[in-house]
Amino acid sequence: MSTPNTAKPKTPKALHTKPVDIDQSHAEVAHNDAHHDTAGHGTVKSYLIGFILSVILTAIPFGLTMAHMLPASSLIPVVVAIGVVQILVHLYFFLHMNTSSSQMWNNAAFVFTVLIVGILIVGSLWVMYHLNTNMMPGMMPVE
Amino acid sequence: MLTHAEPAAHAASTADVSPLVAFLFGKLRLDSIPWHEPIIMIAGGGMVGAAVLVVALITYFKQWKYLWTEWLTSVDHKKIGAMYIILALIMLLRGFADALLMRTQQALASNGGAGYLPPDHFDQIFSAHGVIMIFFMAMPFVIGLMNVVMPLQIGARDVAFPYLNSMSFWLTAAGAILINVSLVVGEFSHAGWLAYPPLSEIEFSPGVGTDYYIWALQISGLGTLLSGVNLIATIFKMRAPGMTLMRMPVFTWTTLAANMLIVAAFPILTVTLAMLGADRYLGMHFFTNDGGGNAMMYVNLIWAWGHPEVYILVLPAFGIFSEVVATFSRKRLFGYDAMVYATLCICVLSFIVWLHHFFTMGAGANVNAFFGIATMIISIPTGVKIFNWLFTMYRGRVRLELPMLWTLGFIITFVIGGMTGVLLAVPGADYVLHNSVFLIAHFHNVIIGGVVFGCIAGLNYWFPKAFGFKLHTGLGKVSFWCWLIGFWVAFLPLYALGLMGMTRRLDFMNNPVWHVYLIVALCGALLIFVGILAQIAQIVYSIWKRDELRDLTGDPWDARTLEWATSSPPPFYNFAVVPKVGNHDAFWDAKQTGTAYVQPKSYEPIHMPHNTYSGFLIGIVSAGLGFGLVWHIWWMAGGALLVMIGLGIAHTFNENRDYYVPAEEVKAIEDAHFANLKAAGLAKAGQPVKAGK
Repeated sequence: MSTPNTAKPKTPKALHTKPVDIDQSHAEVAHNDAHHDTAGHGTVKSYLIGFILSVILTAIPFGLTMAHMLPASSLIPVVVAIGVVQILVHLYFFLHMNTSSSQMWNNAAFVFTVLIVGILIVGSLWVMYHLNTNMMPGMMPVE
Repeated sequence: MLTHAEPAAHAASTADVSPLVAFLFGKLRLDSIPWHEPIIMIAGGGMVGAAVLVVALITYFKQWKYLWTEWLTSVDHKKIGAMYIILALIMLLRGFADALLMRTQQALASNGGAGYLPPDHFDQIFSAHGVIMIFFMAMPFVIGLMNVVMPLQIGARDVAFPYLNSMSFWLTAAGAILINVSLVVGEFSHAGWLAYPPLSEIEFSPGVGTDYYIWALQISGLGTLLSGVNLIATIFKMRAPGMTLMRMPVFTWTTLAANMLIVAAFPILTVTLAMLGADRYLGMHFFTNDGGGNAMMYVNLIWAWGHPEVYILVLPAFGIFSEVVATFSRKRLFGYDAMVYATLCICVLSFIVWLHHFFTMGAGANVNAFFGIATMIISIPTGVKIFNWLFTMYRGRVRLELPMLWTLGFIITFVIGGMTGVLLAVPGADYVLHNSVFLIAHFHNVIIGGVVFGCIAGLNYWFPKAFGFKLHTGLGKVSFWCWLIGFWVAFLPLYALGLMGMTRRLDFMNNPVWHVYLIVALCGALLIFVGILAQIAQIVYSIWKRDELRDLTGDPWDARTLEWATSSPPPFYNFAVVPKVGNHDAFWDAKQTGTAYVQPKSYEPIHMPHNTYSGFLIGIVSAGLGFGLVWHIWWMAGGALLVMIGLGIAHTFNENRDYYVPAEEVKAIEDAHFANLKAAGLAKAGQPVKAGK
């Protein structure tokens, strides 16, 4: 309650239109949310679960690589898959994304991001595979 | 590794210096400045002279305090937007000077003569022309217009993060400063506007030109990205009550789409340039010929950013045309929903066409066919928009004011440019036309015809809103006709030359057949130059005659959207009372129902942000960071980075960042506005007014 914007009376609709600065908007969100939901905040427990899961998901690919436990052909997909799981853990536990309606815009933005990143990765792999095959036959690994 | 391609100006710079000099100045030496190049020295002298003149004038008129408090430290979105546009106009002059130099060189060096530019300098000029026109002319212009107009259109009092907005602008300005410094101190990149490796790698470009390119773009790119975040947050969180997404003005929609593209695409540019930087600075091999690098990956990544970038520029221009067409046809925009969905379609489709920039690199039939078809598909939503504008004009009462003239010029020019684009989208045809001046003609056709015409239409349309007086019509018409005719005279010959087989970026060609075409193209460029001069004259003359061109009503065009509901120029808080929106074209609606121009009975205090110098200082110091990195002056780079971080942290301790404008002050400002409205016969008379609590 110590933020400057509580110093004077304000109407509820002013919330929509008032210019706010970074820290101040954060303070305001925190203030408004503190009483009725915790959508924007985690608990110590959820942060700890996220942290432990992240450590485990980092240690596994490290271990697999360092100890040469898998051949490269299966190691790379496994590392990528664990990386994707790690991303989901971060999104859920640290960025607090879930399917509640208050998260609609976050989720929409996330879906857009996944779409763009997917297009970029799949497209680049496809394009570069063809370019390498056609243009750099000498550079391709010998089967 | 550094030996064979090193230009003479840098040959002496690494050897025979004391460690202290090497520490203090990195690679920078006195002979880094090209004293022997008269063209560069004259241009540099002109720039320094102009800067000294400006400083002297500001000092003479004692305007430093005004400049500092009202502009440099301002967080007002209207002033930041105006500064973006001033930057864009200055850089337009710089970029256009490059264009004239190139046209002249090609006209002189195509009939046996050698021209007047050495090849190395010519290469720097075409690289600088592209970089300046895209990153420091077109981008600041559209971002400036978005900044000035969008918050007004949605009934907001500023953007979501005013301080961030100020910082974004000054980061962009720092990039522009670096580009201009490179003209005199050292050299600029000679590897084209996208700096393809392996040419841009340290092995073939050992000078500092590519480093200037990398750091100017990294710094200004950061500013652009932050600005994108800011404007998206503004649109989603700060719309006036009642303004649902599907009631937003089309310019706000296209602003949203363009900024979504910025946020999605600019990280690709940042990462790609960072990898090129890692190759150059840390000896890595992402894109080198040896060590497992693959230069084709750079081309792939840079265009994965580059194609969305085209739509980042042109979507806001489409928004401007939508506003202009509706206003000057006195009709609601035809097919608002179709316009919105077309914009969003383009937003996604713009990410699946990038390979059409390198059909000839050899990806093969399947890949080329996919991207060729995708490219043709993206022209469909664009065509939908064209028909929407035409049907808006159909049976409307079209007024041929300046913004409308530019719009009509756009529709004709852009449609032809779009059709040549669909030609290029056919991979088979592209194999003939790739890298030819046909391509140059095509993209100038869509960028000048689309983005530049759009920006100038927007400038003429919203100038009275931002500054309170209209721009002079007669000089504006001179500018328009010179631009339009000059454009066609300059670029139609290039279409023909491209079909004859002339490739781009030639500094010398001995071909009498081409010579005639190149002379014509030069004449066209000179005609555009007259158009630019008329543009400057228009602005200067309008400022001089501002009392005659004054707009007291706030609504000089009888327009439709919310930005016209407040005074011109708007008070710093934009709207004394936040408007309520019940329909499309909110202000038109209010005028029809008689709810416009009604002074409220009382006012309330308005919450506003304080100015801050943090954004300005961080931006300016970032130019020092870039300069230090370019010249390997590590103490300067490290020091500048620490200062930037320090300033950012210090700003978080600034508790005094917002205040309330007292209701009495709001009332005084609004009373003056309503007195003007009464004089113009618009305001509803005689309602008792008292200040709020």
